[in-house]
Amino acid sequence: MATLKVPVTAEDHAQGPENAEVTLVEYGDYECPHCGRAYAIVQQVQKHFGKRLRLVFRNFPLSELHPHAEAAAEVAEFAGAQGKFWEMHDRLFENQTRLGETLFVDLGEKLGLSTIALRQALEQGTFEPRVRADFKGGVRSGVNGTPTFFINGHRHDGSFDFEMLVDAIQRAMLAAKSA
Amino acid sequence: MAQSSASNVTPIQGGGILPAGAVAPNFTLHVTADQTLTLSDLLGRPVILAFYPADWSPVCGDQMALYNEILPEFRKFGAELLGVSVDGVWCHAAFAGARHLHFPLLADFEPKGAVAKQYGVYRAADGICERALFVIDKKGLIAWSYRSPIAVNPGADGIIEALEDLPK
Repeated sequence: MATLKVPVTAEDHAQGPENAEVTLVEYGDYECPHCGRAYAIVQQVQKHFGKRLRLVFRNFPLSELHPHAEAAAEVAEFAGAQGKFWEMHDRLFENQTRLGETLFVDLGEKLGLSTIALRQALEQGTFEPRVRADFKGGVRSGVNGTPTFFINGHRHDGSFDFEMLVDAIQRAMLAAKSA
Repeated sequence: MAQSSASNVTPIQGGGILPAGAVAPNFTLHVTADQTLTLSDLLGRPVILAFYPADWSPVCGDQMALYNEILPEFRKFGAELLGVSVDGVWCHAAFAGARHLHFPLLADFEPKGAVAKQYGVYRAADGICERALFVIDKKGLIAWSYRSPIAVNPGADGIIEALEDLPK
């Protein structure tokens, strides 16, 4: 079974307590429609488990399929460098059919970020190494498409509808207790 | 995950997937209508053979699209990636075009599945290839092989590990 090869660290974008019973790592692509569907489901799952769950998001842009995925990932990282990762992450998924520079600048403005700095970061590929590092780590961990989830370090091979994810997380909670 | 290759292992006749240590059976298959590829022409560099059930899986980032994205990582090892299914050359051409694939898809089309059978990865009941991976070393020996459950895209972690474990 594929396992997460890059441990979750303080460098990661995380929601939820560090000592949560279960850490759910998602490798995703902002332009991938399946990830767009998963976005809403993951929010429900987070609501369901509350502080018992920590969510981590890592980039896995499939650039050959999705022309705006890489730039969107870099925009989210740009926002993240200014403490606004999740705000940008959410807005990108909520507007995933409109990805492109117009939207990026618009969202940057709405979040109170410098749009000049945002444009510059995109042009210079400031956050490209970070996105690449996520991607390579994902490859090594057995990411097999988007989204790919890891539950306490183990790849979740089932579907990602609400019931399936909740069930898999509950099993991981039980396993963590009996370990 | 990668197994060390044992030189005394011989290919299994008519059995399961060819294991590490076996000689990779040579083949010539069509890449396009007027172009063929022969495995032995690639001696001297590692080859990744990825058998898969069919073009046009209805998911984003299916196995071939995923490997296409990972191609630069494979190329760091000097490795050639070849996709193999029983689809014909025109089907492959349409699929590769739609997914912007930058590596060859081989048509194991006539006689159907003949190469997959040699590698022990043909599903006769369904008439398709298994989802199976081989890393072949530069001398033409199988260094690592893996058959995934047909519905599970195996990702590339096993391939990368096997490439890393190849003698330099």
